[in-house]
Amino acid sequence: MELSDFRKAISGAHPDALAADAESQQWLEIIPEKWGEVALTLRDDKALRFDYLSCLSGYDEGVDGQLAVIYNLHSMELLQQLEIRVKLPREGGRVPSVAHIWRAADWHEREAYDMYGMTFSGHPDLRRMLLPEDWVGHPLLKDYETPEYYRGIEVEKDKRGWE
Amino acid sequence: MTVSEKSADNFGVVKAEEMVLNMGPQHPSTHGVLRLKIYTDGEIVSRIEPHLGYLHRCFEKHCEYLSYEQVIPFTDRCDYLASMANNHIYAMAVEKLMDLEVTEKVEYIRVIMVELQRIASHLMAIGTFGLDVGGITPFTYTFRDRERILDLFEYTCGARLLYNYIWVGGVSHDLPVNFVRLATEFLDYFEPQIDEYNNLLTFNKIFIERTGDVGVLPADVAINYAASGPVLRASGVKWDLRRDDPYSIYDRFDFDVIVGDGQMGTVGDCWDRYYVRVLEMRESVKILRQALAQMPTEGDVHENLPKKVRPPEGSVYFRGESPRGELGFFIASDGKSKPFRVKMRSPAFCNLSLFSEISEGWMLSDIVTILGSIDIVLGETDR
Repeated sequence: MELSDFRKAISGAHPDALAADAESQQWLEIIPEKWGEVALTLRDDKALRFDYLSCLSGYDEGVDGQLAVIYNLHSMELLQQLEIRVKLPREGGRVPSVAHIWRAADWHEREAYDMYGMTFSGHPDLRRMLLPEDWVGHPLLKDYETPEYYRGIEVEKDKRGWE
Repeated sequence: MTVSEKSADNFGVVKAEEMVLNMGPQHPSTHGVLRLKIYTDGEIVSRIEPHLGYLHRCFEKHCEYLSYEQVIPFTDRCDYLASMANNHIYAMAVEKLMDLEVTEKVEYIRVIMVELQRIASHLMAIGTFGLDVGGITPFTYTFRDRERILDLFEYTCGARLLYNYIWVGGVSHDLPVNFVRLATEFLDYFEPQIDEYNNLLTFNKIFIERTGDVGVLPADVAINYAASGPVLRASGVKWDLRRDDPYSIYDRFDFDVIVGDGQMGTVGDCWDRYYVRVLEMRESVKILRQALAQMPTEGDVHENLPKKVRPPEGSVYFRGESPRGELGFFIASDGKSKPFRVKMRSPAFCNLSLFSEISEGWMLSDIVTILGSIDIVLGETDR
């Protein structure tokens, strides 16, 4: 199936789930409120059967843009791929967790939360994944500023030699 | 509730007090700095909570400050046991973003290096797995042979562990004089060694007792957790990106995809995960022999190197089969010389996430076996 077929299949089952997108895009954009239902359809629909979540990445469009979560899905049965993007506001963005649909999403969502700070509602255990639990801020945000101190240790600002 | 207290509704389900054990971050069988919080009921494990991040080096953040070429040495340091595979897949992802072709010879050199690396990585995996379950001798044998591969790498590019060898558009050095002869000599030497590992470890009764039927991973659970590589194939799923989503020139070679068959217990047990790796080394030898024979001798490996790596605006998710499974790079470009976003989907990260699922109900001593059979590299899970 092609991207246009996927678009048709999703809009057939969930009429208002797709965000308006350009035809040239290589992905489908889903509005956050509907993402939970759409994800279930993507996994269980006979023509879609996306049973394998290859990759989940957090994404920041820039200081003036929005945050996004990018899902790269794959179907082991029908051998097809699809990229889904869900965009959310920079402040207080919420996106439904899909950890109960694809268990693989569990750790990936924790990592995205760790790095970008968006909330995955319904996640069983949303804690930081890679950074220490008392870390302040979400470092992959484009407007992130490196803290002066971490637990009383001065953070090196001199970047000579590696930049 | 005490034992003597009689209860009408839940008699016989008295639970002993739960004990929480800490394993790691410094522990010989965690293969790096992994901390496991193990919830146990006596000797039986009920749940495991892995704590990651002790080796987090901000790979993805660094990428946004470096040019595309400068990221390659960083990918080396992610999965430091399979640096060539990391280089290769990252370079291919950028090439796809730029729509860049590489020459025939470069493709062959890359495949040769990556398959040698796969053997080296699997040798490490099976050797240390033996070590984890108490067989110390096989480790010395696999390391002896891994050393020969590292010598070949050293001869080619000067480095033994972190190569920075596969560049965007080419490779850093052409193959040195006599490389084909040396590599063929190594393969001739190496193939019979696999039988020796089998005699020493694979079919050893004690080893089978420790690993057969332990930590069984059913196929549907493996797929749901997005497991990949030997971990997925051992569960009976015939899935190898080299064959099923062919990239580079893998469609030219004749090789089998090894799957677990439950020879020593159930499909998807620790022994299967181990044995899939052993058999995969044979397949890599097959690919290597074909590649060495077909490789064109003429050609400049720097011919297609771009003057400046500056992909057009856009994004790509590219994946390939590293020794540990599906290694993917999501790269977004905003048209500048530095990537806008790099996300590395590391196979060991996903494989480790199912660890708690398959460890439930096993004895504490089996945890070491199960963890060893997943073959994690912490540099890759933590990035």
